[in-house]
Formats: sequence, C-alpha cells, structure tokens
Amino acid sequence: MDLEFGSEYDEFTKDVQDFCKEYSNAIISNANDKKFEMHDALSGNSNEKTGKVVNRSEWQRLLIEKGYFARSIPKEYGGYGGEPDIIKSRIIATEFSKNKVPNAMGGQGIDMLVPTLLEWGTEEQKQKYIRSTLHGETIWCQGYSEPNAGSDLANLQTKGELIDGNWVINGQKIWTSTAQFSQMMFCLIRTEPDASKHAGISFILIPMDTPGIEIRPLVDMTLKAGFNEVFFDDVTVPEENLVAKRGEGWSVANSVLGHERGSLANPNATMNRLNTLINLMKEETIDGRRLIDVPSYRDRLLQVQGKVMAVQAHSLRLLSSKINPNQNVKLGGMIQKLVGTELRHELEGLAIDIMGELGTLYEDDPNVRDGGSWQFTYMYFLGLIIGGGTNQIQKNIISERGLGMPREPKVTIEV
Amino acid sequence: MYFGLSEEQEFFQDNVKKFLADNASIDEIRKIASGEGQDLQSEIFQGIINLGINALLVPEKYGGLGVGLLHAVAISQALGNGVGPIPFSGSYVMAPLAINLGGSEKQKEELLPKIVSNETRFGVGLSEFVGAREDAGLEIKNNKASGRALFVMDAENSDKIILATKAGVLFFIDSKDKNLTASGLTTVDKTRTFQELILDKVDCEILEESAKDIEIVKKVIDAGRIILAADTLGASESMIEKAVAYSKERKQFNRTIGSFQAVKHMCAEMAADLEPCYSLVWQAAHSFDVDSPIESRLLACQAKSHLSEIGKSVSKKATEVHGGMGFTDLLGLHYWFKRIGLNRQILGAPEIVREEAAEIQGFNQ
Repeated sequence: MDLEFGSEYDEFTKDVQDFCKEYSNAIISNANDKKFEMHDALSGNSNEKTGKVVNRSEWQRLLIEKGYFARSIPKEYGGYGGEPDIIKSRIIATEFSKNKVPNAMGGQGIDMLVPTLLEWGTEEQKQKYIRSTLHGETIWCQGYSEPNAGSDLANLQTKGELIDGNWVINGQKIWTSTAQFSQMMFCLIRTEPDASKHAGISFILIPMDTPGIEIRPLVDMTLKAGFNEVFFDDVTVPEENLVAKRGEGWSVANSVLGHERGSLANPNATMNRLNTLINLMKEETIDGRRLIDVPSYRDRLLQVQGKVMAVQAHSLRLLSSKINPNQNVKLGGMIQKLVGTELRHELEGLAIDIMGELGTLYEDDPNVRDGGSWQFTYMYFLGLIIGGGTNQIQKNIISERGLGMPREPKVTIEV
Repeated sequence: MYFGLSEEQEFFQDNVKKFLADNASIDEIRKIASGEGQDLQSEIFQGIINLGINALLVPEKYGGLGVGLLHAVAISQALGNGVGPIPFSGSYVMAPLAINLGGSEKQKEELLPKIVSNETRFGVGLSEFVGAREDAGLEIKNNKASGRALFVMDAENSDKIILATKAGVLFFIDSKDKNLTASGLTTVDKTRTFQELILDKVDCEILEESAKDIEIVKKVIDAGRIILAADTLGASESMIEKAVAYSKERKQFNRTIGSFQAVKHMCAEMAADLEPCYSLVWQAAHSFDVDSPIESRLLACQAKSHLSEIGKSVSKKATEVHGGMGFTDLLGLHYWFKRIGLNRQILGAPEIVREEAAEIQGFNQ
C-alpha cells in the first residue's frame, strides 16, 4: 500500500491547489442555463456560492488553457495536449472537489462523443467537431434508445439507407436529453437490415436542424430534466457523417459506454453532496434542536457516510489498477454504476427525510432549501438507476461476466 | 501509488487460506465446534503458528516480523474466509499492540519476545471499556484487580490476559491466578472462544504508558475493530463464493438455479456490496499504520460498522441462495453466518460505533 503519488507530482499538486484556492466556491454567472442543469447536478457542483463569479465559456477556456480539462486531448483539436496521466487527472479532480471549484462543462458530447471520435473518427471529423464541442459551442445529444430498444438496445429499428451519397433516416429515438438545445446528435441507426442484430448498426452524426427532424418534449418526474422524443422523417445527411465503418456502430458505442457508466456515479461528487448534507443537518433545526442532534437522523447519516467512504476508497483501488496493470479489479469496475447510483439516490433521499415537511418543497418555493436540489437529484438519480443500462441489467452483467453465472435461457414460447 | 495488498501480504494470506483448506475442512470445524476436537484444534493452532502469525505485529527489535496492521488484515481475511478456529484478534493483534504501545521498555523486552517464541499467549478483554454491561467493569486497588469482565477474547488456555479498567488503563493478569474465576461463554460462534472473568483481588501489572495516555487503549480498540472487519470481509467473501458455486450446480425446473435472475441478482448484489469493502478495510489499516489518528479512528469505526451491515446482509442472502441446504448443519454454512454475527456485536455493535464516529467528527456538540 502506497498512497503517495511521488515527489514528482508535488509541484503539479501545488499549482492545482493554488488555482483551486483562487476559485474556491466560484459561481458560474450563467449557471441557470438549462443546458447544464443536469451536468451540475451530476457533478455535485457546490451550492455555497461565495466565491468569484466566472462566465461559463470563459471558465471552460481557462480550464483547458491550464490543462485542468481536456488534458490529454491533442492541441490541434482544441485540447490541452498533455500526456495522459491518470495521477494528474486524479489530483485535479480531488483538489477541485475539495475546494468546491466548479467543474468544466460536461454532457454527452464531451463525455462520450469526443472520446468516440478520438478513437474512431476520421481526421476531418476530429477537426470539425472536437474543438467546438470542448468549448461548449456544439452541444450534442445521444440517439440510442428507442421505444422498443431500451434494455435490449441492439433491437433498435431506426433505419438508414444510403441513397445517392446521403443517408436517409426514418424512425424514432426516445430519452434524448438536451435534444432541444443541441446542434448535433450522435446516433445508432440500422443500416444493414440483412446483417445480424448487432452487426447491422452504424454510428451516424446528424445536425439537428436537418429538415424532417421533430423534437417532442418528454416530461419526466422531475418536470425539468428535459428528455425528448425525436422523430426522423426522411432525414438526409451526407455519407461522410458515418463514424467508423458501416455495421460497426455497436462496437463504437460500446467502446465508450463503460466510460458513461463510471461517470454517472462520480465518488467525488457523492462526497461533496455528503458534506453539503452534513452542513444542512447542522443548520436546520426542529423544535430548536439541530437535525444532526436527532439520534436516528445522525445514525442514518453515519450509515451513508460509511458507504460513501467505501466507494471513495474503492475509487482509489480502481485508480491503482490503472497505474498497476497487474492488479485485477474486474468485478470492482463492473459494480460502479449500480453502487454509485443507488448510493446517491439514498443520500439525496436522506436529506429529504430529515427535512420532514420542508423536504417536499420544490422549484422556486420561497422556503425551499438548497434551490430544491435535494428533490431534483433524488428523482434524477432514480432516472439514472433506470437509465444507462438499468440496475437490473447491471446485475445481469455482474453475475454473468463478473461471477461467471449462466445466462437466462432464451424463451422460445410466444407469450 | 499502489492501493491494495502487496505481493508479500497476498502470499502470506494465500498460505493461511491453503493451510485452513487442507487442515480445517468443514468436518474438522464441526468436530471442534462440538467440543470434541481438542487435539485437532491444537494441531491446527500449531500449524498456523508455524506460519508465523504470532510474530506479525511484534517489532523486529523484540524478535518479531514488525509488519503493519494491513498485513494482519490480510491474515484476518484468510481466517474469516476459512472460519479459522484459532485465536488471533486478541492474542496476536490486540495483545502485541497493547504491550508495544502501552508497556514500558522493560515490559516490552520481557513480554514481546515470549509472544514470538509462543511461550506466552495472551487473551484480551476490552469490552468494558467500549461499553460495560450489567455490573461488569474492573478496578485496581493496591495493585490488585477486582470486578467482572465479559467477552474476553482468546482467553481459553491462555497464559496471561490483558484487561482494561473503566478509565482505560491496560493491565495484565495471570490466567491461572487463584483469585480468578473464568468460565467459557456459550456464544453462537463455536469457532472462537470467549470467557467471562470474575476477579477478586487478582495480582496485576499495569502497562505503564497506558496509565498516562488514554489514546493507547483506544488505538488498540481501533486495531481490533479493523481486524474484526477484515474477518467479516473474508467470511463474507467465502459465503458469496459458496453461494455462486452452489447455484451453478443445483438444478430445479431442469435448469441450474444460477440461471434464474432472482438468484443471479442476489449474488450480484452481494458482490456489489462487498467489493468496496476490501478498499475500506485496507484503507483503514493503512491509515492506522501511517498513524493519522483522527482519520484512522474514523475509518476504523466506519470499517467496523459498515462491514457489520454488509456482512449481515451477505450472510443472509448467501444462506438463502442455498435454499433448504443453507439452513442445515450438513453444509455448515452457519459457521460463517455465526462468525459474521459475532464480529458484528463485539467491540461495539454498529450503532454504538457509528455514534463514536459522530463524536470524532464533532457532530454531537
């Protein structure tokens, strides 16, 4: 066991710490921008707005310039151009979290499309999309799920035909978050109807202003998460919008899905929320008694803290396995989405419970605490328990690939 | 940066696991549990001692291996995994730490080498300092100790016993003292022994440094809690392995039961619950070893209480996966269930330990 990163990181750590001190508790001026509401909720960005005020796009530019964001993405595509260094990434994440420095913009374009293009895209595609995506100028939505392709995603039926050098797309996507703000969609389309289920899918980029696209809001239980249904009626995009080869879409999508699952349950964000909850329990009172002084509430808090500490320690072990390739943590990686989303839902729900009646307040109610973030995130994480591969699907993955248990036999009878 | 057990620690752990697999099968455990396996138990004990577990935490200066608590955690996992029917947490973790931290130089020189040479084996009873039940509790007057101690660990057939006064002063007595009445407690866990002691003016020797600093007894308890958490970790790991293996063999409705999602999901939940526990227990031990008192006490408390909760849930689900067989003595799964159950209660049940964790963080001011 050696938790030191080594003296070669001392200087780097100090630079990051200095930066973080300067921007501790910073406020993003256009923070109420709905486009980023989800990302802020996920990353656990602070609600103690006591620091400097920064503009979102300038903040993004500054983080890239410092190498605190898009660190290992080449300069020519708008990144910082540093060598990939897991330890430096970890130092940045830890210091930002500790000092409640706002995170960079995220979202599906940055988190999923950029790594996809870096791995699979043509030079033209990289040049065209990565820089503007990193700077938040191009917002992306993800077109994967369909009404009949949820847990069984490979069953997707939205069809694309190559006609005269253009893809002509017809069908429907669902659960498309931020579609209404997006300039582009990355999409899984069935282009090879005669191939087998998984081999018939291609990964195609679609500008959202293409004629034939209709976006219908799909209101969810939070009333503000902003999912949509997206319909395609002879939507025509150029042939070169295909990423990788025809029929490789399933592999392309899978290569970054693991990344999404990990990022849904960032342990630093969870730790931040725990600290916010502790502050809430010290400030709020019932009959003049602080909530943290109510033994049953305090015990529940400590139970959640034990779980948060366990996943934090676990993230160190996962980090270690990336630095030391001989270390086997296969099962350890598979459990992240399941454990992380359930824990976050529990933590947010605890805050609601301890607030009693006040816990039901929402949106802009004058008495609402922390901007209604507890109810919002509580519900939103129920969505994440279902989304990104339901937690039941996660349990199938853990039991089959992690524990070597047999697959459920295929049912052949018509029900 | 490396987070995990070292190769050496894993090697030692594997040796203990292998030894138990070869020498303490379920039939042998059952024999010992029924009280008929005295000779067998001494053989197993001698074999484990030959591996060197008694020397782990004794500093090199006194002839020991001088390794850290993380090393002992690795061994404790192996002992929990195989429900090892031998003394460990008390005799070879808490006792050497109590002497090394609480003893004078003279006491260390006298006592520690004898742990390594296996001339002296200590029992340890600190339950009354954690929380005294009924009229239990110990006092020292004129160098004589009196009172009652419950749940004294590893005291059966020991040579000496380390105890603490209500004020946290550590002292030791001779296990054969004529003014000492010792009786075995009948707990659910038959793989380890616990005694009740009644002391009536028993000769005692105070571990001198412990009388000056209450932190010493607390540190010994931190270590004990981490070791018990590691025992639960190993026992839970074994229960999951057994449940998964059984589910791949047992057939109903012409299918292995492990192909039913109801069963698979229980196994996945157990694995998902337990996986982060390795990291928590290891980090707690590491923090203890690098001696960061506040962080390590919090981690010790959280490791103990979190593992108690996860162990309870795993031991229930793993038994359920085995169906009716899980409930029988034939498979002997209950030895793991009960060991986890005992670990949960001793040196502070989870609610009590969490309350301590709250205090450490200044929550209840």
